[in-house]
Amino acid sequence: MDYMLREWVQLARHEKSIAHVAVMVQAQESGVTPEVVRETMRHHLQCMKESVQNGLDERLRSVTGLTGGQAAMLLSWLKGGRCLCGSLLGKAEAYALATAECNACMGKIVAAPTAGACGILPGAILAMMEERGVTEEQAVDALFVAAAVGQSIATQSSISGAEGGCQAECGAAAAMAAAALTFLEGGKPQQCADAAAFALMNLLGLVCDPVGGLVEVPCVYRNVGSSGVAFTAADMVLSGIRCPIEPDEVILAMKEVGDALPASLRETGEGGCAACESIRARLQMMQGRM
Amino acid sequence: MDLFDLIGPVMIGPSSSHTAGAARIGLTARMLMGEEIVRAEIGLHGSFSKTYRGHGTDRAIVGGLMGMNVDDERLRDSLTLAREAGLSVNFQQIVIRGAHPNTVRLMTTGASGRVLTLEAASVGGGNIEVHKIDGLGVNFTGKENTLIIRHADTPGAIAAVTGTIASKRINIANMQGYRRQAGGDAMMVIELDTIPDEEIVDMIRAMPDVQGVTFLARRSDV
Repeated sequence: MDYMLREWVQLARHEKSIAHVAVMVQAQESGVTPEVVRETMRHHLQCMKESVQNGLDERLRSVTGLTGGQAAMLLSWLKGGRCLCGSLLGKAEAYALATAECNACMGKIVAAPTAGACGILPGAILAMMEERGVTEEQAVDALFVAAAVGQSIATQSSISGAEGGCQAECGAAAAMAAAALTFLEGGKPQQCADAAAFALMNLLGLVCDPVGGLVEVPCVYRNVGSSGVAFTAADMVLSGIRCPIEPDEVILAMKEVGDALPASLRETGEGGCAACESIRARLQMMQGRM
Repeated sequence: MDLFDLIGPVMIGPSSSHTAGAARIGLTARMLMGEEIVRAEIGLHGSFSKTYRGHGTDRAIVGGLMGMNVDDERLRDSLTLAREAGLSVNFQQIVIRGAHPNTVRLMTTGASGRVLTLEAASVGGGNIEVHKIDGLGVNFTGKENTLIIRHADTPGAIAAVTGTIASKRINIANMQGYRRQAGGDAMMVIELDTIPDEEIVDMIRAMPDVQGVTFLARRSDV
């Protein structure tokens, strides 16, 4: 198996779902029972909940002081009832930011697929649990669908910002979340693959430009924006829209785009947002106090 | 393939390469020492030397040196904990020509006075590569069940070790041998499919040509 999206979809035809196939493949590869594999994912889901709780603390600050405490602001705006994105996406965004800020502040998180993009998938899953009554077992299944998509991207392209830019981190995370959301709403395996492709398509070319080389600005905000991309991608396929490009080809396109990115836009902290004077000056001032 | 590489590891942020990988390098040094560390000289190269404070690379390495894993919440406070525990640490920004941008060079001193030098790189996703132990060039990741055996370069030393492993029906997945010069200090790095019990490790440790054995268990957190 080459772990292409096409293969997961193919295998899922004979089995119940991509989630089921992913659990079986993981069990076989690691030499443990499917139940042990599911139990590990249950544990990861629990860690995701804790990261959100810790990240929602309004007093939270990173080592530099650049980020922390903003997820609490977003959640409180949502609770005010005027959130433009509505309760489901609004919550997913607040939880994504909470996880990303928990990470920036040296809290415990689950990389998904990386630490820099760790908020998008848990934000989507946990919001679905609270707002749409998704059960823990359904959530665990959805995480396996996401993991299968992540494996397809990692194998055919990259999930490292240093290699492929942010499209490889937040882009991959959004693709994983889009497939998971589609699965949770009863989408078929092919629709999960299409949703992943739509998400990736919408984030193609996104550069990795961390200010000061740190996982803070713009990373934590991109976790919020990419959550929106995941939901819109899922909505498109659930409405019946088919991805006009073969999903695996979109992954390959992501690799090509990543290869074409200059080094200054691949996690070196030299170009893009990282080159902006205002934030550089602020970081320098804050690092002087560290 | 491991799907828990895509959803996982569970780790202390903010960066899998600059924090989790750094903690793993520290922890690898601690395990190779096999005893409490009382002093550490920590040289940071490349990206590590430029961004180590903001990423908590310094705290991660020191936490690892104290035996903490990548998901240990005490990593955040490890510099204070080290001071309280009597571990003295000193950071230096260094340049190692041609080295991976996230490379650490460690010199640790144990409670017994034993000194270890280690050079390792954090290569992404929390994965590491060990490149030098006590000046001897090596290359392993510690991701699998790994036996690291320091021994004298004598005829039959390798056969004795692999024979013992075979006698316990344990399969060797991968093996590398390194030496400084013929008849000098040498090292075997052996990756095993299963975890050897303590008895095998002790048998190898008791061999006349063997100077030291460290076992790193397959990482279950990824």
